[in-house]
Amino acid sequence: MSKILIRGAKVLGGEPQDVLIDGAVIAEVGGGLSAEGVDEVVEADGKILLPGLVDLHTHLREPGREDSETVLTGTRAAASGGYTSVFAMANTFPVADTAGVVEQVYRLGKESGYCDVQPIGAVTVGLEGQKLAELGAMHESAAGVTVFSDDGKCVHDAVIMRRALEYVKAFGGVVAQHAQEPRLTEGAQMNEGTVSAELGLGGWPAVAEESIIARDVLLAEHVGSRVHICHLSTAGSVEIVRWAKSRGIDVTAEVTPHHLLLTDELVRSYNPVYKVNPPLRTEKDVMALREALADGTIDIVATDHAPHPHEDKDCEWAAAAMGMVGLETALSVVQQTMVETGLLDWAGVADRMSVKPAEIGRAQGHGRPVSAGEPANLVLVDADYRGAVDPAGFASRSRNTPYEGRELPGRVTHTWLRGKATLADGKLA
Amino acid sequence: MMRHLISAADLTRDDAVLILDTAEEMARVADRPIKKLPALRGRTICNLFFEDSTRTRISFEAAEKRLSADVINFAAKGSSVSKGESLKDTAQTLEAMGVDAVVIRHGASGAPYRLATSGWIDAPVINAGDGTHQHPTQALLDAFTMRRRLVGRDAGIGKGLDGKRVTIVGDVLHSRVARSNVDLLHTLGAEVTLVAPPTLVPVGVESWPCEVSYDLDSTLTKSDAVMMLRVQRERMNAAFFPTEREYSRRYGLDGDRMAKMPDHAIVMHPGPMVRGMEITAEVADSERCTVIEQVANGVHTRMAVLYLLLGGNEPAVTHTRTEGN
Ligand SMILES: [Zn+2]
Repeated sequence: MSKILIRGAKVLGGEPQDVLIDGAVIAEVGGGLSAEGVDEVVEADGKILLPGLVDLHTHLREPGREDSETVLTGTRAAASGGYTSVFAMANTFPVADTAGVVEQVYRLGKESGYCDVQPIGAVTVGLEGQKLAELGAMHESAAGVTVFSDDGKCVHDAVIMRRALEYVKAFGGVVAQHAQEPRLTEGAQMNEGTVSAELGLGGWPAVAEESIIARDVLLAEHVGSRVHICHLSTAGSVEIVRWAKSRGIDVTAEVTPHHLLLTDELVRSYNPVYKVNPPLRTEKDVMALREALADGTIDIVATDHAPHPHEDKDCEWAAAAMGMVGLETALSVVQQTMVETGLLDWAGVADRMSVKPAEIGRAQGHGRPVSAGEPANLVLVDADYRGAVDPAGFASRSRNTPYEGRELPGRVTHTWLRGKATLADGKLA
Repeated sequence: MMRHLISAADLTRDDAVLILDTAEEMARVADRPIKKLPALRGRTICNLFFEDSTRTRISFEAAEKRLSADVINFAAKGSSVSKGESLKDTAQTLEAMGVDAVVIRHGASGAPYRLATSGWIDAPVINAGDGTHQHPTQALLDAFTMRRRLVGRDAGIGKGLDGKRVTIVGDVLHSRVARSNVDLLHTLGAEVTLVAPPTLVPVGVESWPCEVSYDLDSTLTKSDAVMMLRVQRERMNAAFFPTEREYSRRYGLDGDRMAKMPDHAIVMHPGPMVRGMEITAEVADSERCTVIEQVANGVHTRMAVLYLLLGGNEPAVTHTRTEGN
């Protein structure tokens, strides 16, 4: 068990302090801590120290699409981005809809050592929306699944959604909905609006998301359950969630970094790197999402890290896969869109990217305060760094980032998982 | 001139007028006993068709051959969109073979743009229709047809379509012809009105440089040209309109409606016409209907585009050019 002294770190962006890690826990936080008997001193030099980030929405692709990502490469990407816990989405091959598959993913996460991996279980068998998967068995399995989602597909049948919401109440689970009315989005390729009209690409209307969110918050209210809405992308969705919360409905919501920064204007390039589901929306939506994340209407940032091999993106728009990688750039995008705009301070970032996602997903030992006695899951951020994104340096197996060559602020220099460095001086351990 | 022709929106007024003027010169070649120019001798053009369109392909092929180019026809029916690799692969194959230009037709919107901008190929790319996006040579041949009929064959040289009123009727939502025409006609100074049931008007149309109406009858009396779009019968099943009969009653062009148009006004159709629902035989066969001319003009216009993109800056047919620019 080693002792690490982090010297002069701005904990949650506050005044510089020293943090002593002893084994897997934080031993002490304060000014002028002694380096005596310490194995390693990390000079933080005014960098920001946050609790390790928690991503409630990651696609690790294993089993089945190991050419895109594996649990190992995905968790290495997570550690590079400052994450100590990720929730792995269920749309793998086979689908994570049984205790067997979620346990496999869980075990692979344990073996990786870079990050805690909490599998998400499918809501319905094969993500087909017809029949509930064995939610209870997945919860009782070694993986201890608490979050269920058919992400990639919407649980569109109102009865199935109602039953899922009711059923998970038995063990405190939550259903995370990918809100997309399927009939309204047949052939959809991008946000429906002026740009889609001009480009002749099938429109994905905002109302297809908003109508499902409206339905689901009402269902959650009716059955007295909690519901989590994945990747909100429109101003209207924000309004519905705000209304639902004001009514006392137990709803939480997430936004991705890319929906906080990018707009559908970028699709004019027909470059599939911008093809994502839900699609990039308008400037007005982006601003509404930022405001909502700031005022707490949107609870968390989740990456929707969606790795795809080069050939699935190096083609014409219609043929390209949807999604972008996000673990390694999330914090930088949040810094740019939320911190540098004055909408959130670093304590707010810690809340939206660690504390709240850990609460929603019941991630044990994560999202805890940076104080003595807590697990040493920590991340150190050099917020003053400026540089262009170079995907060649990504730990993810895939490189489908929209930020190649774009200058983003900040970079993660250190990540500790239970006192063990997974990333040190920007290099994976 | 630009390097590629991807969208009618990319054409400046000068470019567009130059193409139409050049097409007039090309049309004169068609009147000769030997309908051939040496302009593109030794150049290889590939017609890369991922989607069936015999009419468009034959039109391009005729244009290419009249300019003495060597022609490769490549039909890659249906292979692309499912896997997505064949466009890039095919492009690189063509690049390796040293083609001088690619004419591409593709079911996916943006595929020609991707081809032109992704570094897969160096040759000029001409969009022969992509998804529901653009069909710029169709817009050019339509504009050419209008200029000849509404301004005059020789009187039109150097001119646009300023002040002409064009009504485009039908399935605007799925029509690359409508999109291309709105862009080009606006550039050339015409006033465009789109007429369709609201279900067939794209969300976001407000930003287009045109008017939108749901009422055909009120627009006919002030139209110099009425362009009927093809309405696919399968749209009916997707609830875009209740029945064929209702569509026809509200948006079809028959003899009575044609009679409301000014005497000089013309009826256009990109073809192939399905007589009945959108246009009656009486209208289709009338003097005012320019469908056959549009086909002939398509060859002249495509010759002009190919010539200008590949041939350079010299006038194509020196002796017929009147002005000295
Ligand atoms: Zn999703």
